Amino acid sequence: MTDLGAMYIGAGLAAIGVGLAALGVGNVFGSFLEGALRNPGAADGQQGRLFIGFAASELLGLIAFVVAILILFVVK
Amino acid sequence: MAAGRIDPMEQFLVEPVLGRHIEIGGFDLSFTNSALFMIVVFALLALFVSGGLKRQLVPGRWQVAVEGAVGFIDNMVTTSIGAEGKKFAPYLFSLFFFILFANFIGVLPLAILPGLHTFAVTSHITVTAVLAFLSFAIVLAVGFWRHGLHFFSLFVPHGAPAWLMPVIIPVEFVSFMVRPFSLGLRLFVAMTAGHILLEVFGSFVVQGIQAASPLGGIVSVLSFVMIVGVSALELLVCAIQAYVFALLTSLYLNDAVHLH
Repeated sequence: MTDLGAMYIGAGLAAIGVGLAALGVGNVFGSFLEGALRNPGAADGQQGRLFIGFAASELLGLIAFVVAILILFVVK
Repeated sequence: MAAGRIDPMEQFLVEPVLGRHIEIGGFDLSFTNSALFMIVVFALLALFVSGGLKRQLVPGRWQVAVEGAVGFIDNMVTTSIGAEGKKFAPYLFSLFFFILFANFIGVLPLAILPGLHTFAVTSHITVTAVLAFLSFAIVLAVGFWRHGLHFFSLFVPHGAPAWLMPVIIPVEFVSFMVRPFSLGLRLFVAMTAGHILLEVFGSFVVQGIQAASPLGGIVSVLSFVMIVGVSALELLVCAIQAYVFALLTSLYLNDAVHLH
């Protein structure tokens, strides 16, 4: 395998993390909706926490994206 | 690689507006497109706010919009910091609306006019990191100003057993020190990724048309539909990222003000 090919495979593997973060983000919003539909009165007060959870799980996907970009463009 | 390959990274190029580099003392101090769009963002923000400062008893539409914006930030600050958070509201207002306007200006499709290419200021980590470090510096300043060296008790959670301290204090310290990086990185990567995605699908449309075959046409149409959807998603991401940045800053300020 050439170095370039290994690089592309590594970037592709790093991109798996982006998809996994999608599971996390979906879980955050899904759980919020589940709780919100059970108790709609309390839903509005929890929106800040919803976005904190979203930000925390999304960050890991973004870091996976950064790793993929670093492998593609920075590693020589 | 195909001949008409479009580089998705080209849009992030920082270059002097008039094509001239101005060097002073070995530093390149040219007036770049990044600086130009920061000024555009500032001008729009100043225009937006100044239009609502008429202080009429019965507010017009513009004044209602500005009052709604101020009230939104005010509400966020009071829920996350409390009554003491009022004095941080101006900073969070500037932070939120600078990022929001910069994000929205970055995705404006003005590039169809020749020579006009909107530049997403927040798609550069130099800009977002400065904003994040500014927030972090304010957190540190407020924390040490209010609590002195007692601020370090932020790293010691209440109720944790003493034998856990050698583990928990370094973990808390690292998680505290990583905050400015994660704050800046999140905004930068979210914007960069969105712009790359749009550019990639845009290049699919162009290359599909250039291929001049039925399959190329199908690819073009599908990519165009995708661009419409992704653009809508991008508008949502622009607003969410600005909100998350301001919200996390207010939470970190809450830590500094109340120490857990």
